[in-house]
Amino acid sequence: MELIDLTLIWIGIIGLGMFMYVLMDGFDLGVGILFPFAPDDQSRDLMMMSVAPVWDGNETWLILAGAGLLAAFPLVYAVFLPALYLGVFLLLAGLIFRGIAFEFRFKSNKNRRWWDRSFSIGSTVAAFAQGAVVGAYIQGFEVVDRQYAGGAFDWLSLFTVMTGLGVVTGYALLGATWTVMKTEGETQTWATRVSKRLLIAVFAFFIVVSLWTPLAKPHVMQTWLDGMQWLWIFPLLTTLVSLWVWRGLKRGHQATPFIGSMLLFGLFYVGLLISMWPYAVPPDFTFWDAASDPGSQLFLLLGMLFLIPIVLMYTAFNYWVFRGKVRLGAYDH
Amino acid sequence: MELDPLLLSRIQFAFVVSFHAIFPVFTIGLASWIALLEFLHYRTGSPVYEKLSKFWIRVFAVVFGMGVVSGIVMAFQFGTNWSAFSLSAANFLGPVLSYEVVTAFFLEATFLGVLLFGRDKVPRGAHLFAACMVALGTMISSFWILAANSWFHTPAGVELVDGTFHVTSWLQAIFNPSLPYRFAHMALASFITGGIVVAGVSAWYLVSGRNPETSKKALKITVIMLAIATPLQMVMGDLHGLNTFEHQPVKVAAMEGHWETKSGAPLVLFGIPDEAQETNHYEVAIPKLGSLILTHSLDGEVTGLDSVPAEDRPPVAIVFWSFRVMVGLGVLFIAVSLTAAVQLFRGRLFDSRRLLRLMSWMIPLPFIAVLAGWFVTEIGRQPWMVYGMLRISDAVTPSLSGWMALTTLIGYVAVYAVVFGAGLYYLRRVVIGGPDPIEEKAASPVGRPKRPLSAAHAPEDHDVRLAGA
Repeated sequence: MELIDLTLIWIGIIGLGMFMYVLMDGFDLGVGILFPFAPDDQSRDLMMMSVAPVWDGNETWLILAGAGLLAAFPLVYAVFLPALYLGVFLLLAGLIFRGIAFEFRFKSNKNRRWWDRSFSIGSTVAAFAQGAVVGAYIQGFEVVDRQYAGGAFDWLSLFTVMTGLGVVTGYALLGATWTVMKTEGETQTWATRVSKRLLIAVFAFFIVVSLWTPLAKPHVMQTWLDGMQWLWIFPLLTTLVSLWVWRGLKRGHQATPFIGSMLLFGLFYVGLLISMWPYAVPPDFTFWDAASDPGSQLFLLLGMLFLIPIVLMYTAFNYWVFRGKVRLGAYDH
Repeated sequence: MELDPLLLSRIQFAFVVSFHAIFPVFTIGLASWIALLEFLHYRTGSPVYEKLSKFWIRVFAVVFGMGVVSGIVMAFQFGTNWSAFSLSAANFLGPVLSYEVVTAFFLEATFLGVLLFGRDKVPRGAHLFAACMVALGTMISSFWILAANSWFHTPAGVELVDGTFHVTSWLQAIFNPSLPYRFAHMALASFITGGIVVAGVSAWYLVSGRNPETSKKALKITVIMLAIATPLQMVMGDLHGLNTFEHQPVKVAAMEGHWETKSGAPLVLFGIPDEAQETNHYEVAIPKLGSLILTHSLDGEVTGLDSVPAEDRPPVAIVFWSFRVMVGLGVLFIAVSLTAAVQLFRGRLFDSRRLLRLMSWMIPLPFIAVLAGWFVTEIGRQPWMVYGMLRISDAVTPSLSGWMALTTLIGYVAVYAVVFGAGLYYLRRVVIGGPDPIEEKAASPVGRPKRPLSAAHAPEDHDVRLAGA
């Protein structure tokens, strides 16, 4: 098995799975985060209907990330989850309240407000917890004998609160630009206005995280200084894409702001991976230290190579069926 | 009192998995039922099947939603509370659970969107296809999760080196000795659960004089299915039990209340197991029948709980009683199903009001039977995480403290209480709303703007309709 580095392939697959999750659940969690700020109930109906047929598939990428980590990088699974024990509970509770709101909101008359809150608070808490996970990953974990050995609140620090808020803002941007793409009229006008503000906020978070991380983590600083010549293309691209999104919003483009926001997330994501490379469980364990048996990685890989394209195909089919602007009563039956 | 993270983690896992299990066990059967209705509608074009399918899709949407959200929790429980086990068994468990996600979860979740919201957006054939894919997804999912679960009971195809499991044969590990029995037993349980709920709801409509056309059709199909499935389940359960006797005799000893290893063992019908004195009080037993059932010989030797030291035994009373609850309910299901089938063929089922009423009361029972069955098999596995290889005390997360486990346990109980309460409340409304009447065309009332309805939306005017009915 020396010819192919299975672990490297698995970094790619898990990386792709997590990125799919961040983009796809990102925009529907974002819709939830923005829910209380929508101009009226009709906008809220539209926003919810725009994600109702796809949210379940989107969330499945998180389960794939969880199961895939257990399969390919068990050390990550077995250290992150105990270390983030209470945060994981918040994440799951948030996702539960967000998820049940879809079915229950449209069926209730007098309790609708409660399901609105369930949807928005659930989405916000879940997004914040995910951001805190990213922050905790950058922070690193205390590990003894391949098991987490730190305290219950090690994951909660000023830095992780900041990354948590950053992800809330970022998902809100994805949700806002998605709403721009999927709606018309008053809802769209509102979403465009909100998108602009969020874009500025996301850019501000980007600058803060980009400066704070290398200052706090000498290892990250070293990576960036060593790769000076080509790595600096990331901040440059981030600035250019942000300007492109801004221009799209100004000119009333339908889809480019959403595409641009996804690109921004792609840049942040790759930037983070490069910064942390090659550590899976910082500060001590690389992806290769965290890997499962090559036999297990290979057994799953053979199926994945064949199944992931099929999953992507019917996911695309689902989005295609529900393409275009969402309209009131469109799903009535 | 010192809070024990191991005990609290066990309670938490038992709680979240039991809560989760009741949804898929229902939706697996229900998904096939909906696919069948969609197929019949596609073939015959009859509006009866369409109305029925639309109605059960509304129910499905709520139940499936609750199954999804409680299922996500399961994907992370192994990591949060059982990280030592995760690290140890990842080489097997990780790929199997990942295969479940990519072969089943995506299939269900994605085609569910088309099934719920796409009826008017895709060709009829594509909608039927979506219904079939959701049903197929639920079946594939149960295969993988039971492959993983069966491996806990009858581990095969692995070697344990320095506390880590390494897979030596994927074929043996996945198709481990108890999988075929467990899978068949569970699949039948799912169909029976779905069938009893559909039959119960239809019977209730008939008793209340509502939706006669759709309800008669639904009841007829499900009664025939149940009359075949429930006796078959008894046979299947027996085979599963014999398989357990071969691989986990101590579990069977707890189920049967056998303390001593002996030949010509009795069949204990009733008794109060006493773990301290290693005996049953007030025992009612049929001599030699236990040996006959388990070994097919009157004098066959049956392993008792005394074959292993006390610390290797499962809690006896709960396994013993759960087993009796499951079998008792199974016998009830057979009796009612066969009676209903006989009445159906005599042409009297729809007028047998007492039988119909009994069937509507039976709706909660299959869920209790399924949970009782899970209690038997999972508690009967104790004190082992992986039977004979890894103890649960070596599986728990080392960094977990008692108060953390207690916090999330209380948290999950609170969250699920809300989910379950709201779910039951809205399910009740969907059921009271009933299928759309056949004659009415889907025109929206004048003067009321159409608003988007979720798939599970119960008509707002159901109270008015009920009052008028």
